Amino acid sequence: MSLSETADARSAATVARARALTPQAPADVPPEWSNVHAPDARKAATRSVVRPPDRRRALRAFLRNPNALVGVLLLAGVALAALLAPALFPGDPLAMVGRPVLWPAQNPRFPLGTDRLGRDVLAGLMHGARVSLAIGFAATAFALTTGVAVGAVAGYCGGRIDAALVKLVEIFQAVPGFILLIVLVAIAQPSTLTLVWAIALVSWPQVARLTRAEVRAVRAKEFVEAARSLGYGHGRIIVREILPNALPPIIVTASVMVATAILMESALAFMGLSDPNVVSWGSMIGSGRELLRTAWPLTAIPGLAIVVTVLALNLLGDGLNDALNPRLSAER
Amino acid sequence: MSAISRLAKALRRALLSAVPTALGVVVLSFLLLQLAPGDAADVMAAEAGSATEETMAALRASFGLDLPMLERLLAYLWGLAHFSLGFSPRFNMPVAELIAQRLPGTLALMGVSLALALVIGLALGAVMSAFAGRWPDRALSVVALLFYSIPGFWIGLMLIVLFAVKLGWLPSGGGGAIGSAATGLDGVLDRARYMILPGVSLALFYVAIYARLARAAMLEVKAQDFVRTAAAKGLSPAAVTLGHVLPNALSPIVTMAGLHFGGLMGGAVVVETVYSWPGLGRLSYEAVMSRDFSVLLGVLLLSSLLVMAANVTADLVQAWLDPRLERAS
Repeated sequence: MSLSETADARSAATVARARALTPQAPADVPPEWSNVHAPDARKAATRSVVRPPDRRRALRAFLRNPNALVGVLLLAGVALAALLAPALFPGDPLAMVGRPVLWPAQNPRFPLGTDRLGRDVLAGLMHGARVSLAIGFAATAFALTTGVAVGAVAGYCGGRIDAALVKLVEIFQAVPGFILLIVLVAIAQPSTLTLVWAIALVSWPQVARLTRAEVRAVRAKEFVEAARSLGYGHGRIIVREILPNALPPIIVTASVMVATAILMESALAFMGLSDPNVVSWGSMIGSGRELLRTAWPLTAIPGLAIVVTVLALNLLGDGLNDALNPRLSAER
Repeated sequence: MSAISRLAKALRRALLSAVPTALGVVVLSFLLLQLAPGDAADVMAAEAGSATEETMAALRASFGLDLPMLERLLAYLWGLAHFSLGFSPRFNMPVAELIAQRLPGTLALMGVSLALALVIGLALGAVMSAFAGRWPDRALSVVALLFYSIPGFWIGLMLIVLFAVKLGWLPSGGGGAIGSAATGLDGVLDRARYMILPGVSLALFYVAIYARLARAAMLEVKAQDFVRTAAAKGLSPAAVTLGHVLPNALSPIVTMAGLHFGGLMGGAVVVETVYSWPGLGRLSYEAVMSRDFSVLLGVLLLSSLLVMAANVTADLVQAWLDPRLERAS
C-alpha cells in the first residue's frame, strides 16, 4: 500500500470507527445552522451509501444558507467589476493618467488614488478582477478535466494502471506545489497562458486523488454491475453511471480550487512572475510595496480585493458542500 | 505488539513507498532543468555584458553543459549520489553548500509557524467546540474563514505597516540585528523579535485549518462514552478537555500537519521575500531573478525530499498516537 493511500485509509478507518462509537450527534448543535468549514478540514470520506443527488433539495439548502448567499453576492460584485472594467475605464489601466501617489479621496477623478507612476488604482483594480477571475477559472477548468480523467481511469481500471497513475500523483504531491509553480513559470516565461497551464499542472493531482477515491467507492455498487451486465462499454459506464455519483465533492473542490488559483496567481505576480503587460492585483501589491512606509493604501487596496474574492469563493464552496453533501457536513 | 516494533513496521512500509517517489521527483526535476531556456553560460555572458562564441563554448565545457542529454542525466544522478546538486555559476559556489547555508533559516521559520498554528488553532478549536452552534463558535468560524482567504504576503506587508512603521515595536525585516554580537539569551531574544512577524504571517492560513479540524475532531470525541464517564466521575470541564478530549482529537490534526509541510514550504518562499528573511525562499527568489535554474531545481528537489520525510514522520507519530491503526492497515 502506498504512502498517501495508507494515510487516507487510516483516517477513513479512524473516522468510521469513531462513527461506530458515536450513536448520535451532540444534541446541543442546531442542525439548521450550517457552519463555515475551512475547506482543508473537510474529510475526504468515501460515501458508503450512494443516493441519487436531489437537485431541488440541494438548491433549497443552498439558498437558505446565509454564508453561501453572501459568497454569491460578493462574487457577483467582483464579476460585475470585471465585466464593467472596459466600459468604465476604456483606456489602458497601465497608462499614466494623473499626478503620482495621490491618496484615496484626495482627487475626485481618482477615488482610490494613483500609484507611484500616476496610474489610476481603481482602474487597475477593476481590470485586475478580469485577470484574476479569468486565470482562476481557466486554470481550474484545465485541472478539473485532467484530474477527473486521470482519477476516473485509475479508480475504474484498478490494477497496474491504477498503481502507475497513483505513483504519478504521489510524485506531484511530494513536490511543494508553489515552488514547482515558480520553477514552471520561470522556465516558461510569465504570460497569462503559461500561468494558467502552470497553475493547472500543480492543481490536478488533488482532483485526481479525490475522483479516484469516489470512483472506487461507487465502482462495485449494484447499479454499476447492472450496467455492466447490460453490456455497456467502459466509457459509457464511467461517464454516465459512475461520474454523476462522484460529482458533488468534485464540484465543492472546484470552487475552492478557483480560490487557491487566484491566491497562487497573486503571489506569483507579487514576486514579479506575471505578464508585465497585464495589470494584476498581485503586481499592484508588488509595486505598491516600494512605497509601503509612505503610501500604504497602495498595498492595502488590491490586497483587500483579493481577500474579498477568495472569501466569496470559499463561502460559496462551503454553501455547496452543505447543500450537496449533507451527510459529510453534518455536525458530529 | 510492542511500541517499537510497531513503529519499525510503520517506518519500513513508509520508506518502501517513498523511494520510488523520490526517484520520480529526481527525474522530474532533471527534465525541468533541460526545459529551461538558456543556460548558466548565457546568464554569465549577459552579466559580463559581452562574450564571444569561444568564451561561451569554454564556459559550457567547464560546466559540462555541452554533453549529450543522457550523459548529463547520468552525471546528475552520479552527483546526487554524492550529495552534490551541481554548481551555481551565479553565486559561484556549490548548490548544496548554498542550500545548506539557507536551510536552517527556513526550517526555523516553518517550525515557529507550525507551532504557532497548532497552538492557536487547537485553542480556537477547543473554544469553538465548547460553544458549538452558539455565537462564539459562529464568530470564530467567520474569523477562521477570513484567515483562510488572506494571502500570506499581503498580511505580512500589513503587519509591517502596523507593527514596524506605525508602532515601531518590531523590526520590518531581516534575520537579526546588523552587527549584533549578542549571544546566549540576548541573541535568542533578538532573533525571536525578527521571527514574530514572518511567523505569524505564515501561520494565519494554517491557524484557520487547524481550528476547523480541531473543532470537528473534538466534537466527535466529546460524544464518546469515556468522556461522559470522565465528566461523571467529577472532573472539571477543563480537565476533561485537556486530559481526555484533546489527546484523542490530535490524530487527524497530526496527519494534516504532515501533509501541510509542502504548502508551508511554498508559503515560506513568499513570506521570506516580504521580510527579506535569509532562507531558501529568498534564495529561490534570487535564483528566479538571475535565471539560475540549478539553484532553483536544487531547492525544488531538496524541499520535495523534506516533504516526503515529513510525511513519513507524520505516519510514525500517528502510529505512536493511535495503536489501533496497526489493525486497520
